[in-house]
Amino acid sequence: MSQRLRFSLQLGFTLLVCLFMIVPIAMSVMAGLTENYFQGLQSGLTLRWVSEVWALYSDTIWLSIKLAMACLVITTLIGVPAAYGLLRSRHRIAHAIEELLLLPVAVPGLATALALLLVYGSYREFRASWLFILIGHVLFTLPFMVRAVHSVMHTARLPLLEEAASSLGASPWQRFFGVVVPNCASGILAGALMVVTLSIGEFNITWMLHTPLTKTLPVGLADSYASMRLEVGSAYTLVFLLMIVPLLVMIQWAGKLTGPRR
Amino acid sequence: MSATLKQPFGAAFFDRHRCASHRAKLTTLIALVPALTLFAAFWLLPFSRLLLMGAEADRSSGVSAYLTLLTHRQYLISLATTVTLSLAVSVAAVAIAGFAGFFLARHRFAGQSLLVAILTFPLAFPGVVVGFLVIMLGGRQGALAQTSLWLFGERWVFAYSLFGLFIGYLYFSIPRVITTVMAACDNLDQSLEEAARSLGASHWRVMRDVIIPGIAPALLSTGAICFATSMGAFGTAFTLGTRLPILPLNIYGEFTNYANFAMAAALSVVLGLITWAALALARKLASNALGASV
Amino acid sequence: MSQSSSITLTQCSRTFAGGHVALKPLDLHVEAGETLVLLGPSGCGKTTTLRIISGLERPDPGGRVHFGERDVTALPIEKRDVGMVFQNYALFPNMNVADNITYGLRIQKLSRAEIDRRLAEVLEMVDLKGYAERSIAALSGGQKQRVALARAIAVRPRVLLFDEPLAALDAKLRDRLRLEIGALLRELGITAVYVTHDQDEAMALGDRIAVMQAGRIAQLGTPREIYHQPANAFVADFIGAVNRLEVQTQAADGTFCVPGGTLRAPHLAKAATLYCRPEDIQVVPIEKAQLKGRIIESVFLGQAQQLAVDTGNDTTLSVRVSSRREWPAGSEIGLMIPEQALFQPTAPGARAHG
Repeated sequence: MSQRLRFSLQLGFTLLVCLFMIVPIAMSVMAGLTENYFQGLQSGLTLRWVSEVWALYSDTIWLSIKLAMACLVITTLIGVPAAYGLLRSRHRIAHAIEELLLLPVAVPGLATALALLLVYGSYREFRASWLFILIGHVLFTLPFMVRAVHSVMHTARLPLLEEAASSLGASPWQRFFGVVVPNCASGILAGALMVVTLSIGEFNITWMLHTPLTKTLPVGLADSYASMRLEVGSAYTLVFLLMIVPLLVMIQWAGKLTGPRR
Repeated sequence: MSATLKQPFGAAFFDRHRCASHRAKLTTLIALVPALTLFAAFWLLPFSRLLLMGAEADRSSGVSAYLTLLTHRQYLISLATTVTLSLAVSVAAVAIAGFAGFFLARHRFAGQSLLVAILTFPLAFPGVVVGFLVIMLGGRQGALAQTSLWLFGERWVFAYSLFGLFIGYLYFSIPRVITTVMAACDNLDQSLEEAARSLGASHWRVMRDVIIPGIAPALLSTGAICFATSMGAFGTAFTLGTRLPILPLNIYGEFTNYANFAMAAALSVVLGLITWAALALARKLASNALGASV
Repeated sequence: MSQSSSITLTQCSRTFAGGHVALKPLDLHVEAGETLVLLGPSGCGKTTTLRIISGLERPDPGGRVHFGERDVTALPIEKRDVGMVFQNYALFPNMNVADNITYGLRIQKLSRAEIDRRLAEVLEMVDLKGYAERSIAALSGGQKQRVALARAIAVRPRVLLFDEPLAALDAKLRDRLRLEIGALLRELGITAVYVTHDQDEAMALGDRIAVMQAGRIAQLGTPREIYHQPANAFVADFIGAVNRLEVQTQAADGTFCVPGGTLRAPHLAKAATLYCRPEDIQVVPIEKAQLKGRIIESVFLGQAQQLAVDTGNDTTLSVRVSSRREWPAGSEIGLMIPEQALFQPTAPGARAHG
């Protein structure tokens, strides 16, 4: 009996926490779809705000997608070899390098962005282009790619597989593309999803680095929250959620693939 | 027969091996160079510049910005406020989400995975969105204001205060703690609990003597991550109000409003040191945690 | 120890969510002071039985658990007064040896003096004097399991339960600890239920053994009964190695015609198959042999030699002989099986495999 009661109390508490997490999202989604939020649902449902967001901010969405894709390509090209290098380095060196690469994540994005502005802000062309933001995103997301790939390489006992491959006469290139890459594909996938999600949502660095012509989705969101009707901000948030939630679902799914097997 | 053949074959093998190990080192180096170059050019060099910049004269006081920071009340209050707020958020998040996470890890019931999903998906919401969600909860048109208007005839608004920040930080901290606590509970050896119970321990004793000590490293580590994330959280604060006395907003203000670059740099460096130290502690406690700023 | 109680399970079954039946309705009685070993392959229901006795699992509705006269079915483990020893030790890593051992005593709120006295007593029993202040991480596997044992007996439980306590240890240590546990159980005279999949452990420790198969007890008896009069082919196979001889014809005087020769076993009824243990088969000169065969494989084991003898008709007998003499593969050999070494299962039952 008391066990029943205990279970109910704990469940009730957990449900309250869930409510705290879900209520604002639900309200925001509703606000983005109602004709007039101040009058409530009786004013009618509409896609008007969503289409207004599309008219006003579609370029931010495209820029965010472009940035995320570019970021993904670069972090994959740099991150997978780096993870491979870490795996083959002596433990202490690998640890130190990993610590270093993690710094842009450990230090607030604001600081990273300020530092970039101080050194590279004076190169006008570079400063004004989306590539400037891309640098920030790559710095911020690279450790996640390296970490995901590295841990999969580690659990796949890659050094052992490689020794087996070289005992059969495989050259370093053959080993890298024939043994290393296929065996850490799940890590690359997990890392890639993480990189894309983080890049699309990145605000702290981007806000400092953006120009009026290089606004990303979160920058546009902040802009709309400050200067637009609540319904527009909500509709914009809804668009963002529609982009990010599938990615999150995929991350969970990929996590099950690469997670510890029992 | 084997002895005569083995000798030259073995020698050739070792020869090739030595040469191969040389080549292996080179491969390792080549693999690491692109990442390290990028890091050195776009983070290490700029951040060193920032470090030096902070030592330059502050615009208003005229002495080194680091010194000004340590001697002016305004900055010290910001620092204390930010640290206190972040600590409060971490403790609250660990307590609330620790409890819920433990419950979800130990019970299987219909709808349980849905609850887990609700509690963990906001993990990747950027700070600005979280700020907006706080406005949805505690803004002038928020859930609380509407409820209180209906019940008491007045609007209760908290979104644009430090409490609003607290709620927002709590919002993005809870998913982090939930995931960590659930993983830690899964890894906790169930027979420890059974052993304690076989010796007569009650539910609460098992909790106190076995479970909390067992997941303590995870709790501390996730708490440290929440602390670091809250310290550096800019997006949420930026959405809720730029007048609040917390470090990220100070940095932004010094930089854009007053063009006081030295002070902005000094504040960034101090903030960076604090978050880095907290995350280093977190990683030491749980070797596989990786924090992300919001 | 003071008040060991008997254990009685009545119609205890256990069905898990999803419909998997781990245990079919089971009746089992363990005398006070007796050591009962639950033996069987993984998934046979032995651990479920133990967990039902401990109170970690409840039997399906209808099943009852009694300790002595008392119905404990509804009591959770913390109210049942049991001591439990786990396969992975389950020592609290945040406490040292002494704190682990006295944990149950502190919950009972015994006086400091009594706690210290009992701690000294059990440390002595498990031969760990001087280890009280050690941290758990500093102990070897064998020492850890002895601490776990000490922790379980310190509370003077009515029943002591073992869940494969030696499975995580290496072979030498396992043998030693098995002897120690056996001595301790005899000294304490406590009711004990011991789960294992290791037949040597079962033989050495059990006053009685319950061999379990697919959620039910296949045979319950003393080690001698189980070994020499297995109830069915599964038990015969699971406990030690066994040879099977298909009977071709049977005469009224108790002579059985089997591949390779004839055997006498007047004490056996009409049977399709005869069984015997490898160590009971004797090697005799060919002219005096009951069975003749050809050695197809001979494995030197040190203390003995294992021969595989083909007696024709697809029958291969496993024979244990002294290791002194060499038996080259391919040579002819004569065998004899004493009457009393031949047996048939006392109850018809499923075979282990094939």
